[in-house]
Amino acid sequence: MSIDWNIVETAIPLLARGTVVTLQIALAAGVLACLFGFTLGLAALSNIKPLQWVISAYVDFVRGTPLLIQVFLVFFALPVVGIRFDEIWAGIIALAFNTSAYIAETVRGGVGSVERGQTEAARSIGMFRWQILVYILLPQALRPMLPPLTNELISMTKNTSLLSVISVYELTRAGQAIISVHFVPFEIYLLLALYYYALIKALSYLSRYVESRMPVL
Amino acid sequence: MDASATPTLRARSLSKRFGARTVLRDVDLDVARGETVVVIGASGSGKTTLLRCVSHLEIPDSGTVDVDGRPIGRIAIPGGFKDASERQLAVQRRGIGFVFQRFNLFPHLSALDNVAIGLRHVLGLAKSAARARAAEQLRKVSLGDHLDKRPAELSGGQQQRVAIARAVAMQPTIILFDEPTSALDPELVREVLDAIRALAASGMTCVIVTHEMAFARQVANRVIFMDDGRIVEQGTPAEIFSRPREARTRRFLEHFDAEAGATS
Repeated sequence: MSIDWNIVETAIPLLARGTVVTLQIALAAGVLACLFGFTLGLAALSNIKPLQWVISAYVDFVRGTPLLIQVFLVFFALPVVGIRFDEIWAGIIALAFNTSAYIAETVRGGVGSVERGQTEAARSIGMFRWQILVYILLPQALRPMLPPLTNELISMTKNTSLLSVISVYELTRAGQAIISVHFVPFEIYLLLALYYYALIKALSYLSRYVESRMPVL
Repeated sequence: MDASATPTLRARSLSKRFGARTVLRDVDLDVARGETVVVIGASGSGKTTLLRCVSHLEIPDSGTVDVDGRPIGRIAIPGGFKDASERQLAVQRRGIGFVFQRFNLFPHLSALDNVAIGLRHVLGLAKSAARARAAEQLRKVSLGDHLDKRPAELSGGQQQRVAIARAVAMQPTIILFDEPTSALDPELVREVLDAIRALAASGMTCVIVTHEMAFARQVANRVIFMDDGRIVEQGTPAEIFSRPREARTRRFLEHFDAEAGATS
């Protein structure tokens, strides 16, 4: 088995284009997932019971079904009821909703584990529950929450590869396109693995850097 | 106490149990404006629970609390009262300051912001006004040089003084102190007691749970001795410390003297 270096040379710039799309999808889905996830996680800590039930049902559904099925639901099933997205946005939305459920759980757990005296002190100066969550508990929970949050965003970035099945021209799809023309699965899948590995490594270094810059409380 | 005036704090028949253990039994407590009441008693006698029930950080099983004639933890409705919602309680509680044994400062905020955060978000002051008033409060407890330090950079005594400034800045009607020096190294106790003494002298209505008997004797207008969830005896410091009527009070104070003698 020898490596076809010409193919590797051809593939590198093509895969780079796919990488850009993968990064764009990961960024958009990551931002949306954090927005949804933090909102859901904090709302789950409110004392509005119906809201807690809805959120826990949502989290339960997302964690109890495969991401691939969720992608199909958004891309193939929603248009049936008149909600239509192109493949990129369908992918972004499916990934964002999926990841937001995990983030919501992380936020709920992280904020919930801040020492009880903090809530009491905030109550003693008359703060409302939402103020306590936003101004007192959440800022203290951010640093301990960062490693699990990073894991969720890393999983999400890897899961962008699933969007190749709905024809999103991201990294995996770009690789498959080359394979279908040149039939070189060995070189291309190896390259894909390296590309993803580099992406994920960069993400985890970024996370560790951010964590190191956050004050220890 | 002027019997005709509405007391600043009026608590009636407060009871609280945790599981099978009854911690507070039918306690009444009136505190007049400007009065400094010190609560003493062995650990487990219900002192802390009394303060926590007064502030409704702990919801009492029964009994009522009014501050300046306004109910805490309940809302007047035609024909009686109903329990206050968490939100209503948060508003009602603004008249009651609380200083915790373990300070409970917000570790992510500077000393200044620990005091300013309530001014901004609870009293609705503009950021600059909140910070100015917070700085002024901190200077009053001699922390003018430490405004930008985080709690972790301050000594226990300094942290507790920030906590006192945080409570005072909210301009409550009454401040409750739950063993404010019990978590401090001995050499840091005095600075905290001095801050409380100055506050009491300025006319703030205070209820203080403490084991510092010399301090109690100096600062209190009235001393309350609790045992087994009840107020056993109350009176002036001279009455309680020099001629206690109840055997239980005498036993507690003798035990305390013996201990103080042993450690000095």
